[in-house]
Amino acid sequence: MQDAGFIFTAYAVTFGAIATYAAYIIRRGRRATAELPDEVKPWT
Amino acid sequence: MSGAPTATTATPATRLLGIAAVVGLAGVVLFGLVLTPADQSQGESVRMLYLHAPTAWVAYLAFAVTALASALYLFPKQHALGWDRLAGASAEVGVLFMAITLFVGMLWGRLTWGVFWRWDARLTTTAFLFVTYIGYLAVRRLGGTPDQRARRSGVLALLAVLEIPLVHFSVKLWRGLHQDATVLRPDGDVELDGLMLFTLLLGIVAFTVVYAWLVIHRQRALTAEDLLDEAGLDVAIVERQQEALV
Repeated sequence: MQDAGFIFTAYAVTFGAIATYAAYIIRRGRRATAELPDEVKPWT
Repeated sequence: MSGAPTATTATPATRLLGIAAVVGLAGVVLFGLVLTPADQSQGESVRMLYLHAPTAWVAYLAFAVTALASALYLFPKQHALGWDRLAGASAEVGVLFMAITLFVGMLWGRLTWGVFWRWDARLTTTAFLFVTYIGYLAVRRLGGTPDQRARRSGVLALLAVLEIPLVHFSVKLWRGLHQDATVLRPDGDVELDGLMLFTLLLGIVAFTVVYAWLVIHRQRALTAEDLLDEAGLDVAIVERQQEALV
């Protein structure tokens, strides 16, 4: 594949950035919800 | 029976949404890198457009949702903070997708135009939109009560969303390097091969599902953080009152 370096970089950065952000919000959510009783969480 | 609180922002529905997002993204990789042909004029670099155009669409969608949720917080007599948290979550995810759009666009530009960046109308207005929403996120962190945060950032969101039509129509308003719309053309003539069009539409659907999953989780995390701040403030007030009585 021509220009493979550019193309694979684009895909790697896109999926890497989304995965990193997803991990970040999951971690923040877990930390915050661990300290709250389930009754106050609208989604439980 | 009540045990330890569940430390998660997930529900069965969001887990299904997450699975759909992963399957969709796997499809984008499969079609984008393997199954679609190279373009006659752009060659292999067209494979980047299966990321660039869908992420740009999601960024626009995210900023539109931010504006709508801000309006739903600001205009009714009863101000519901849930709308403000949705606005904040959507803006954050929108900034992520706009950053990806700019990065992938720069790589594509290097292959197609020979340069990473030009101060072309579309590129410049997109960069301005990106910086505006970084500013929006900074304004949300200025401090104060959740209602103060919601009011000031809500007004900013309603102003910032006006930039989206400017970005979208910049290729019509000014002559520049960036190509015109390929799918959403006023004459209805879609200039894409069937499999390439399918891959582009798959990308739009897959990244939209990813957006929904991220926003739901971020909004729930923001809710939990606000509730913790509120509880912390209540404890501090009681402590001060007890100190005053001593």
